[in-house]
This record gives sequence, C-alpha cells and structure tokens, in this order.
Amino acid sequence: MGLLSDPVRRRALARLVLRLNAPLWALPVAWLEWTMRSVGLEVYTQSFSRKLPFPDETHERYMVSGINVYGILRAPRAASTESLVLTVPCGPESPNSQAVGLMLALAAHFRGQIYWAKDIIFLVTEHDLLGSEAWLEAYHDVNVTGMQSSPLQGRAGAIQAAVALELSSDVVTSLDVAVEGLNGQLPNLDLLNLFQTFCQKGGLLCTLQGKLQPQDWTSADGPLQGVQTLLLMALQQASGHPHGAHGLFLRYRVEALTLRGVNSFRQYKYDLVAVGKALEGMFRKLNHLLERLHQSFFFYLLPALSRFVSIGLYMPAAGFLLLVLGLKALELWVQLHEAGVGPEEAGGTPGSSPPLPATQRVGLASLVAPLLISQAVGLALYVLPVLGQHVAAQHFPVAEAEAVVLTLLAVYAAGLALPHSTHWVLSTQAPDRSWMALKLVALIYLALQLACITLTNFSLGFLLAATMVPGAALTKPSGPRPLRAALLVLTSPAAALLGGLFLWQRLQEAPLSLAEGWRLFLAVLAQGVLAHHTYGALLFPLLALGLFPCWLLFWNVLFWKR
Amino acid sequence: MAATAPLSLLVLLLLGPGVWGQTEPPRDSLREELVITPLPSGDVAATFQFRTRWDSELQREEGTDHSFLRYAVLPREVVCTENLTPWKKLLPCSSKAGLSVLLKADRLFHTSYHSQAVHIRPVCRDARCASISWELRQTLSVVFDAFVTGQGKQDWSLFRMFSRTLTEPCPLASESRVYVDVTNYSQDNETLEVYPPPLTTYQDVVLGTRKTYAVYDLLDTAVINNSRSLNLQLKWKRPPGNEAPPTPFLYAQRYVSGYGLHNGELSTLLYNTHPYRAFPVLLLDTVPWYLRLYVHTLTITSKGKENKPSYIHYQPAQDRMQPHLLEMLIQLPASSVTKVSIQFERALLKWTEYTPDPNHGFYVSPSVLSALVPSEVAAQPVDWEESPLFNTLFPASDSSSYFVRLYTEPLLVSLPTPDFSMPYNVICLTCTVVAVCYGSFYNLLTRTFQIEEPSKGGLARRLANLIRRARGVPPL
Repeated sequence: MGLLSDPVRRRALARLVLRLNAPLWALPVAWLEWTMRSVGLEVYTQSFSRKLPFPDETHERYMVSGINVYGILRAPRAASTESLVLTVPCGPESPNSQAVGLMLALAAHFRGQIYWAKDIIFLVTEHDLLGSEAWLEAYHDVNVTGMQSSPLQGRAGAIQAAVALELSSDVVTSLDVAVEGLNGQLPNLDLLNLFQTFCQKGGLLCTLQGKLQPQDWTSADGPLQGVQTLLLMALQQASGHPHGAHGLFLRYRVEALTLRGVNSFRQYKYDLVAVGKALEGMFRKLNHLLERLHQSFFFYLLPALSRFVSIGLYMPAAGFLLLVLGLKALELWVQLHEAGVGPEEAGGTPGSSPPLPATQRVGLASLVAPLLISQAVGLALYVLPVLGQHVAAQHFPVAEAEAVVLTLLAVYAAGLALPHSTHWVLSTQAPDRSWMALKLVALIYLALQLACITLTNFSLGFLLAATMVPGAALTKPSGPRPLRAALLVLTSPAAALLGGLFLWQRLQEAPLSLAEGWRLFLAVLAQGVLAHHTYGALLFPLLALGLFPCWLLFWNVLFWKR
Repeated sequence: MAATAPLSLLVLLLLGPGVWGQTEPPRDSLREELVITPLPSGDVAATFQFRTRWDSELQREEGTDHSFLRYAVLPREVVCTENLTPWKKLLPCSSKAGLSVLLKADRLFHTSYHSQAVHIRPVCRDARCASISWELRQTLSVVFDAFVTGQGKQDWSLFRMFSRTLTEPCPLASESRVYVDVTNYSQDNETLEVYPPPLTTYQDVVLGTRKTYAVYDLLDTAVINNSRSLNLQLKWKRPPGNEAPPTPFLYAQRYVSGYGLHNGELSTLLYNTHPYRAFPVLLLDTVPWYLRLYVHTLTITSKGKENKPSYIHYQPAQDRMQPHLLEMLIQLPASSVTKVSIQFERALLKWTEYTPDPNHGFYVSPSVLSALVPSEVAAQPVDWEESPLFNTLFPASDSSSYFVRLYTEPLLVSLPTPDFSMPYNVICLTCTVVAVCYGSFYNLLTRTFQIEEPSKGGLARRLANLIRRARGVPPL
C-alpha cells in the first residue's frame, strides 16, 4: 500500500501542494502598523493562535495563527471611557482590501476632526471571525473558547457600538446590511434605523438579506417579497451562526452590524465616497450618544429595512404552537388520572376507556430507563464525534473532518434503534399507561425546551416548534405505525435542518439538487460543530443534548411494545 | 498609554507637615510662568502656573490630624469653558494682562489634552513656622495636537497656538516668565529652533531627565520692547517622524473585564519598564459601593508569579454611605507588568438612585499611583524659592529617583438597569394595583372563617404542662 493509494490522502496531498504553491495570504502587519501610525493613531497588534478541534474543510484551516492590528483614535480632552469600533475582517478567502483602504481613509479624515467624544478603534482582524473572537476575548480579558492570544496593550473603555465593513470591489451597486449575530442575537433596532437613515440620505441602494426593498406594499408583490426576506432572516437567525464579523460583538453587549458592499450587474454604481459618507454619518451620530442604545427594540423580525415585526406580534404565534403541547399533556394527564383512580371511582364515566386495575400504578422507575438512555445517546452525539475523530480516522479511510460528520450521523442513526434496546430493560407491567406517562414527560420536556429557546432565539424556537410539534402531538403506539414513523422522522431535528437548508437555498434563488443538498448538509454539520467549539454557538449542544433526546422519547413512544 | 490622565477638575486640599514651606515667602505676590514643551510626536504641551500668597490668622498646630484628610473624586467632569471662566477670575489680572492673555477659550479647547487645577495649601511665613500664609496655585496644561491644530505643519508659535501674543507682564506680578524646552536644541544634532533667541537658559532635572530651557522674562524690558510683543516661534529643523513616543518607566492601565451584568473584574496593569531597577508603588483605589468587591479574589501577579503587597489597607464600603477604599504598597519588579485584579458583583440600586441617564453607565474613579521612580540623572540640590514653579509639581526627594503621581483612566461600568420607559412604568403600576386588589379580594372571598377550639397541643406543650404542674403553676 503506497501513501497515495488512498484517494482521500491523495486529495489531501494535492490540496497541500496547491496551497504551498499558491502565495500564502497573510496580513501586511508592518505596513498596516506604519500606515495607521502615520495617520496619527495609537497602533497596537495582537497575535493569537487556535487549534481547531478538527480540520475545517470549508475554510481549509486547522492550526490557525494570526495577528490583529488595531489603531485607536483618542478623542481629544476625553478620558477614554467609551469607544466605537470600525472593524474590517480579513482572511485568505476575502482579503477585503478595499474595506481596509476605506477604513484607513476614514481614519485619516476622523483624525483631523475635533468633535469626537468617544475613542474610535479601527480594527483589522485576521482569519475573519477567529480574529474577532480573539480580539474581543482579549479586550474583555475573558477566555470563553480556549483561544490563545497575547494580551492587549491598548484599550479604550466600554465599547458602545461596532460596525463591520466588508467590501469586495472599489465600486458598489448596493450595500447589504446583516444584523443576525451569534446564537441569533440581534443589535438594537436603532442602529439599523441609523444605517437606513444614512442610506436614504446618501441615496444609496440598501438591501436586506440580499433582497431589494419592496417599493409598493399595496400590491401583492411587496408583501410577498417581505415574507421572503422575513423567512431568510428567520432561517439565518435560527442557524445561530453570525452573519458577519459583527456577530461576536453582541455577546459583549456591543450593538453591532455588518455592512457588505455588493457589486452586481446593475447599471448605476457608487464609489467608496458614498459608502464613506454613510459610515461617517453613522459614526458621528453614534459619537453623540449619551447612553447606550436601549430605547428601541432588541427582539424583532425584519420583512424590510423600514418595517419590522415586534416581539408582541410574533410571540403569540409561538405561544399557540406550544399550547398544543400543553393541551396534549393535559389530556394525557387526565387520562392517566382516570385510569389510576380505580374502577369504583371511575365508574361514573362508564363510556370512557376501559378502566385498568388499580394495582398497575405507573412507577416512575419505568420512565427512568428511556429517559436515561435517550439522554445518554444525546451525550454520545455531543461528545463522541470530536473525541473519537482520531480513532475513526485511523481505522477507516476518512479524514478527521469527515470522521466527525460521519460519527455524528452514525450516532444519530444508532439512536433510532433505541426502542429495540430499551425494551429489554423495561418491565412491561402496564404498557398502555407507561407509554402515556412517557409521552406526558416528553411533551412537557419538549414544551419547556421550546419555550426557553423561543425566549432567547425566537426564529429557532418557532421553526423547531413548527416542525416538531405536529409529530410530537400525534405520536402514539397505535394506528398506522409506518405513517407515523415517517412523519416523526421527517420532523426530527436533522430532517428539519436539511429542510431548512433547501428552503434557504430556494429563497436565495439558488435551488439545490438532492446531491448538492446532501453535500451542503454534511458541510453544515461540520460547521455547526466547529462553531460551537470555536465561538461558543449553542445550536449544536442544544440539538444534541436537548432536542434530540427529547425527540428520541417520542420515537420510543411510537415503538412502544403493547 | 496612561498618558490620557483623567480630565477631572481636581481640587487637592492637603493639610500636613509635608507641604509646609521652608522660608518666608513674600506676601501677596503673584508669580506666573508658562512652560512650553515640544513633544517627540510633534505636538506641543503648554503648562501655565500662577501662584499667589496672602497672610492668614491661622495658627499652625503640631502634628497632622488624619481626620482632616479628605480625598474625593468626581470622575465624570469634562472641562469646558464654564470651568475656565471662574478659574480665570481667581487670577489677579484676570485675563487682561500678563500670561493670562493667552487663555482664550476657543483655542484652549481645540487641544487634545486639557487639565485644569486649583491647589490651596498653607505655607509657613517664617523659619519657626509660627504663622501661616495661604498659597493658591492654579495650573492649566494643554497639549496642542499637531494633526488637528497644525493642519499638517508642525512649526509652532504663540500666535498659532493661542491666537494671541504676549505684550506686557501683569503689573501685580513679581515674576513673569516663559520657559521653552530646548533640550534637543542644545545638542549637536539640532532638531529645534526657537525664535527670538533666548537671552538666558536654565538647566534642571525634570522627571529624571536633564532638560534645558530657554527663559524669557517678561519683566525684562529687552524681551518685549523690540517689537512691542513677544511671539515665540518653534521651528523643527528635522521634523519628528512617526515613531512611537518613548515609554516612561512607570505607566498604568485600568479596565473592566468580563461581560454581562452580574459579575465583573477590575484590573489594573502596572508597567515597570526600567531595565534593572525594581521600585515600590502605592496604589490607592476607591470603588463605589454599588460594585460589591470580593476581597478574597484580590490577586496581584507579576511575571506569572504572585506578588505579595507589603502593606494593605482595606476599608469596606457601606451601602449609600461610603465607598470601598483599598490601599496597597506593591513592589514592581524590573521590566515587568503587574496585574492587580479584584472581582466584583454589580448591585441593584433603588429605582430613585439611578442617574437621569442610567444606561450611560456608572463611573468608577481612577486609581491613584504614587511612586518614587528611579531616574537616570542625579539631581542637584535645588533652592526652592529661586527655582521655577514647575519644580514643585515634580519634587525630587532623592537624588536617584523622582516622585510621580499617576491617575489611571476612569472606568464606565454598566449596572443592571430597569427599563425606565413609559410603558414599563405603566405596566409596573397597573400590575401592582391589580395584584394588591386582586390578592386581598381573593383572600377575602376564598377564606373560610371558623372558630378554632383550643386543641390539646403537641408534645412540647404536654411537656411544658408537666413541668408547670411540677412547679405548681396552672397549665397552658
């Protein structure tokens, strides 16, 4: 067996050679430092390194090390208690050099003004989000994700707001604004309103989720387009993945958004002066803030830049969905109670289900086994892929990243075999009532989880509720089992994720074939696990430790032995 | 860098034997001076000082009563013209004559740094110190930014800086001088040129480095009479580059770490950049009571090892009464960074205690660092009355070190803040009213009233009765 007989290794080697031949991208740190200093800023650098839990195939990185450069414009006669941040994420895939140029030009202009009351930090981060994460953690002197970085030399007080800038060309046709941050956190709506004001003032074409703003809300087209934008935002928010470099600032209660310059085939183009004017306007307004942004909404959904759906309007929808679970649980409770009171008292309602002997009380012990086993599967799903990647890579012809994804799928599928493995543990004393009890517990468990998720990340909670509630409510071990099983599988978290991907791509007007979709699904799984380990995204542990075990309980109920 | 010292209007009122003067001062005399220091970055710093003295009836008491020592900080104050106007009125010539004609608000507030102070202290009138004079010292320091004010050019003149020139000394002044730091000027590689050329120069050690000053005495008729006004000009022969300015031996940085509204950590970084000398630093921290410090979390580390302070004084806070006071004497090892950190919990205030802008955050006053920083130059014995006034700002007590008091930056900490908006208030009020009404009504409607028969009582009662019977007391 030669080294290159294995196709995976061959591919990996070819990629390595390709990377080595290509000029390695690196941030021109010395030049940036010199330029920022000549503009009149206080310049500092920060080096960081991070070993990812497994190789990131999408971005082709594993051992990451980089340098962040930032310059602080000190506000005259102020004591450096507050600051604003303009950040430009750079990386091998998107060098973002136009944005760096615009940032330096803005810095030079800002330096000559005397009206600044807050310090302004101009930050260039390497490796996109990893650099931002390293810088933010060092700025707040915390270590959330195991990043190794050098301590910061210069600080500028409490950061009040941040704007991330991404430009791919020196002329733009439109500016896209991204608000969704890590774990679906959103910035204060006033920051978005501020951006929109300057968009209108400068006559810039601004888009949301890459969609143009509907002009005519009276005809059917406008609202339809609004719904599309809204759905895109909900999907993006539900993914919990930051939609730009601003996303990590939100954890530190820094209101932030990302502006993305788009250069499409549209006829009318703006140069960077227009973008710079909008940015200057935003920074001057933010500079005047006496308090942190707090008056406006923190929870909203956006069908368009100028319209939003407030929490008071959308929350009842999720509430009603969860009510289904509550009512179903109540029904089961009543049934269990009736069955439990014994024949002589239950005789008052002779028409109902045949009363069971009173001796067959449902012991809590019979619930413990399925609960424990499903939680154990969830724990395995959470721990095994990353822990066992090297073992898997040794014994099977797969790379580490593939091993992680395949282990994920394997554990997930193995969980489906749970009903057959739990049955020998269980005493089958009162099969009828014990499945009811199990389902009751599962319903309450699901309702609680979904309610908690909805409160923090509405889109995720709502989408999960919309997919999982029907299957969960209808599950019982009688009736057409294959049909119910198919429904339950279709509404499992993984299937919901796959469905979400297809919906996302369709709304982006880039529909996927099945094979592409599957490949994207695998990539997304790996990204989800990585995002949890590198940024602390909560979607993966939520699904693995919370919702998947809960869903397994329903699966268990479905295959309850009667 | 910690050079951005707090811009609070700081009033220091010090009573103690350490500040008593040595010889008899002249009465009701005004001394005024202006020190212009070109900075390596191309900026120019200007420091005004005015000193007046007058007699008082106060008798000196022996010893220092520490109950008279007060320390208070208002970390929020941002100086503006409203602070300058009353400050100028304390001057004998106001802004009519002398150096104070340069104090034009529109120029002084176009600077990158502005610090204004009033110092009042008693000084001895004679050698035995039987009677006392009062001394009022007013200082104003500004740093003119080469970028903003200079519009690219880095040459300076009094007119460019203050849009005024000097014409005459204040008639009441016994001394009126302008000093220009020409330390580089006197060396071989000339970087700086001053016009008009100075008649005299003065050499001294300031902050551990030897400095040469060009002196212009306004009482000397030769200085002004030539052109009826004095417009000092500074010309850079070799423009300063973009190099970072040299780092001082001691500087500090302070920040709040952590996120969220529950816990946090106050961290102070103390830098000693001296290559081989360690020196002690006295760190004084006052923290408002609404940050509840966890004193057991106080950690001091330098070079990765724990640094044990040789002296700690801690006075815990009392809610709404007094802040935490933490004072430590820390030895800073040579070329090291010492981190002093202490964790805190954010307290919930009463709703009337929030400031009108609660979401702005709450200020924590700067830490004060007092240190004897080693100097490279051995200082000469100085005659205090003859030497310029700025020497009293940086008194050198030891030949090998000089005294520095540093203020770190103030901090802005956000506390958990209720939503003070109108809907919130309405919701709170109505909920309270409804809850109170509903609760009492529900209680009344659902309660069943019955007369309770005295029961036999439990074991304890029976035991008590047994004892009572034994004592001959009627049972319960």
